[in-house]
Amino acid sequence: MFELFGTTLASRLLLGTAQHPSPAILADAVKASGTSVVTVSLRREMAGGRAGEKFWSLIRSLGVRILPNTAGCHSVQEAVTTAKMAREVFGTNWIKLEVIGNHDTLQPDVFGLVEAARILCEDGFAVLPYTTDDLVVAERLLEAGCNVLMPWCAPIGSALGPVNIMALRSMRGHFPGVPLIVDAGLGRPSHAATVMELGFDAVLLNTAVARAADPVGMARAFGKAVEAGREAFSSGMLEPRDVAVPSTPTIGRAVFS
Amino acid sequence: MKLMVNGEAHEVAATTLAELLAALDYEGDWLATAVNSDLVHKAGRAEFQLSDGDRIEILSPMQGG
Repeated sequence: MFELFGTTLASRLLLGTAQHPSPAILADAVKASGTSVVTVSLRREMAGGRAGEKFWSLIRSLGVRILPNTAGCHSVQEAVTTAKMAREVFGTNWIKLEVIGNHDTLQPDVFGLVEAARILCEDGFAVLPYTTDDLVVAERLLEAGCNVLMPWCAPIGSALGPVNIMALRSMRGHFPGVPLIVDAGLGRPSHAATVMELGFDAVLLNTAVARAADPVGMARAFGKAVEAGREAFSSGMLEPRDVAVPSTPTIGRAVFS
Repeated sequence: MKLMVNGEAHEVAATTLAELLAALDYEGDWLATAVNSDLVHKAGRAEFQLSDGDRIEILSPMQGG
C-alpha cells in the first residue's frame, strides 16, 4: 500500500499507456502489472475523429486512477495550459508535470519546471514533477508547493537503469518524508527492484513494458520486482562486506584429523 | 474569418467556439479546447467569441508515458 495525495494505492508501480502494440495488450498489461495508476496524455484530435474517445473509454474501463502528463511541452505556458486542459478532460487535479529542456536527452528544463510547478500548485493541482536527481532543484520544487518528486534515473526510454546510484541514495536520504517516485530510464525489472531497495516509494515506467517482446509478461515481472524491492527495503538488508562470513555454524563441526 | 485550428488554416463562418466545433464536426465530452494558448472551459464555449487570426487547439485523450 502506498499513499499519494491522501489516496491509498494498492501498487507502487505506475504504468504508462504509450507504445503498446494494441489496446488489448495495453489493457492486459495494466491488469498483469497490478498497477493502480496509469499515465495518459492529450494530443490534437482531428476533425470528426474518434481516436480520443476510444482510448478514453478503454482507460476508464480499467478501473485505475488516471495521471495525465504534459509530455512534449517545452515551455511553462505550454505545460500550464496543457495541465489545465487535462484537468478538464480527465476530471483529476493530478498532473505529471514535464517541461522538456533538451531534444536529445529529454531532460527536464528544471528552471521552467519549478516555475510551472509553482503556478499549478497555487491553482490547486497535485503536481508530480518529472525532474532530475539534483537536490537543489528538488528543494525548489518542494518550496514551490510540490509534495512528491519524480526524479529520472536515466533518460526517458533509454532502458539504462539507475546510472547514478549515489545521487538517488542521496536524494532518498535528504527527503525522508517526501514520496519519491523514480520516473524514466528503467529498462529491466532488476532496475526497478534496485531503486525500490534504495527506499524509493514507487516507480513509473512505460517503454520497458510496452516495447518488450511480451508486454503482458514484462508488466507482471515489473509488478513482482517492485514488490520484492519494497519488501527487501522494509526488511533490512545486509551491508556488503569485503570478507567471507561462514553461513553454516562452525561450532560442533566434526574433526577428522 | 480566418482561424488556425490544430495548426491548420481554416476559413469559417462560425463566430463562437461552440459553433466552430460543430462546423468542423467535433463532438463529445472528451475534448479540451484552448484559444491563443489559454484554456476555454467546455461551459464557456458557447459564449466565447472568436476573432480573426485566433489559434485554436482541440485536444483529446491519447496514450502517454
